[in-house]
Amino acid sequence: MNKAEQAWRELASIDELVTQESPLHRMHPAGKLFLAVLFLMLTVSFPKYDFTGLFFYILFPVVGYQVAGIPMRSCFRKLRMLLPFLCAVGIWNPLLDRTILMKIGSVELSGGVISMITLMGKGILCLLASFLLAATTSVGDICYVLRKIHCPKLLVTLFLLTYRYLTVFLREVAVMTESYHLRAPGQKGIHPRAWGSFLGQLLLRTIDRGQALYESMLLRGYDGEFPIAKAEQTGRGELSVVIIVAVLLLVSRVCPVTELLGSIFVG
Amino acid sequence: MHMSDALLAPAVAATMYVMSTSTAGVSVIKLRAEERSSDGPASVKLPTMAVMSALVFAGQMVNYTIPGTGSSGHLCGSMLLTSLLGPWAGFLSMIAVLLIQCLFFADGGILALGANVWNMAFYGCFVGYFLIYRPILRSRLFAKKGVNTSNRIKLVLAAVLGCIAALQLGAFSVVIETSLSGITELPFGAFAGMMQPIHLAIGLVEGLITSAVLLFVYEARPELLQDLKEGEQVENKVSYKATISILAIVTVVVGGGLSLAASTDPDGLEWALFGNTEGGYSQNMGLDEETYGVHDELHDRAAAVRENTAFMPDYSFADEEENPAGTGVAGLVGSVMVAVLAVAICLAGGFLRRGGHHKKKPQ
Repeated sequence: MNKAEQAWRELASIDELVTQESPLHRMHPAGKLFLAVLFLMLTVSFPKYDFTGLFFYILFPVVGYQVAGIPMRSCFRKLRMLLPFLCAVGIWNPLLDRTILMKIGSVELSGGVISMITLMGKGILCLLASFLLAATTSVGDICYVLRKIHCPKLLVTLFLLTYRYLTVFLREVAVMTESYHLRAPGQKGIHPRAWGSFLGQLLLRTIDRGQALYESMLLRGYDGEFPIAKAEQTGRGELSVVIIVAVLLLVSRVCPVTELLGSIFVG
Repeated sequence: MHMSDALLAPAVAATMYVMSTSTAGVSVIKLRAEERSSDGPASVKLPTMAVMSALVFAGQMVNYTIPGTGSSGHLCGSMLLTSLLGPWAGFLSMIAVLLIQCLFFADGGILALGANVWNMAFYGCFVGYFLIYRPILRSRLFAKKGVNTSNRIKLVLAAVLGCIAALQLGAFSVVIETSLSGITELPFGAFAGMMQPIHLAIGLVEGLITSAVLLFVYEARPELLQDLKEGEQVENKVSYKATISILAIVTVVVGGGLSLAASTDPDGLEWALFGNTEGGYSQNMGLDEETYGVHDELHDRAAAVRENTAFMPDYSFADEEENPAGTGVAGLVGSVMVAVLAVAICLAGGFLRRGGHHKKKPQ
């Protein structure tokens, strides 16, 4: 399977997750966005050696995934994008920061090892939260929130149209790549001689298609306004859930909850 | 080059958001002004922008073989979009691409979106375009070789130099943002030395691929390359001097990247501030390493709050002296308990779901 096909399948799987029914799916998109951003901000604000404090934060996405009924493994594939760069940045910490900060029996953990673990942890937590947001919020709802926070109409419509058109293009590129490789077996990628014409052909057709698309939009009464569906109104119960979760997030950021839990047993 | 959320401190992420959103705001205003001044109806560009962003996204999924290396390269999106749509529309299209990548493909984080837009769209769309791409296309370089040959050479030169400059500046921004966030122990100079040469190679290949596509467009539909057309009309207005000065800027940017790569000194900035005590800046200016010379009431109060709330004040375990293992073990035991709790929640969730709480919506 080539990369375009893979990307297309990923989009399709998210689309499928969005159509599920759960309290988190029903929640107002603004509340979800607020909690997601708060979670991300607090996660990245943890000091670099505080991995036990950070560890408590795993509970929020875990509960979120269970409430939404989305299997957590569905986002693990995304780690392949995230981990290489984090590794490239974090791998130097154990080599450069050798101050011993923790001893467990005879095993000594240096500051560098702890800060690397914290960095990876932050990356994974952020990924979990972002994916949960994307998997429970439809594109229409995302556009609605973007409009609510005064994102320019032009940009929101552009985002919506690009998203709608993406599936078409991914399929097209997937088919083109597949047919190229069938005719050029044993080649890893596109040969330099075809660099220009391969994407250039598609590009020219695309520009014509953009024109045709615009004309058909005009015929259907497009006047520069793209109607964006309104999200449902927030109930009082939903608002209190948002407030409770936000308070929990803040409290567990300030208090070392993991350590307190552990000290019950260790004393 | 997509940065994830974990690589940025909240303050850096917020600053980059402010910078990117203001640029986006200016782009929207400029684009509207452009639409008003042209004869066509408003928003005629929008569908074209959308299909082009979708195309660039899909086009980035194609692997291009680099002869003799066994590896492959990708398309440089910002340069291609800018050369066909113009800088303002190109920048907005890149935002759409990056937003989709971050939301649906976990390629770059939501908090880091501002930084990613800046690193990957701003330099290509504005610096690469206004300082390199457009002046080269409008110049009279290689005019003696005939219009067609000269245009082809100019296109390749503009695309390659534009991409290299955009990627060098983008990579350098990644280094600055990560270093300011205090994420890596890697000294600034060494980190830049790692990033810049890699992105020099990537920029060259992306530039070549982009120029190949642009050459194809030039052969098939030259009218799509607006700047080339304008260049033919106003070719007397731009002198060799302008072009040469632009080439000099590119050389400085690329050369700066290379010299950083060659530097073996661990961290020039810190050394300049604190290491060089003999004639050091820090001594002369009365700075101290802990606070970089920032002393005010607000800062002191913030430091006090941080000391009180931090689990590990000043990055060390609180009672390490008395009990070297105690706090650490308590933390670890707590973590194990959290892990057990997480698994239990998963199991409980699975158990409840089997009860049929989550059904698909009827289509």
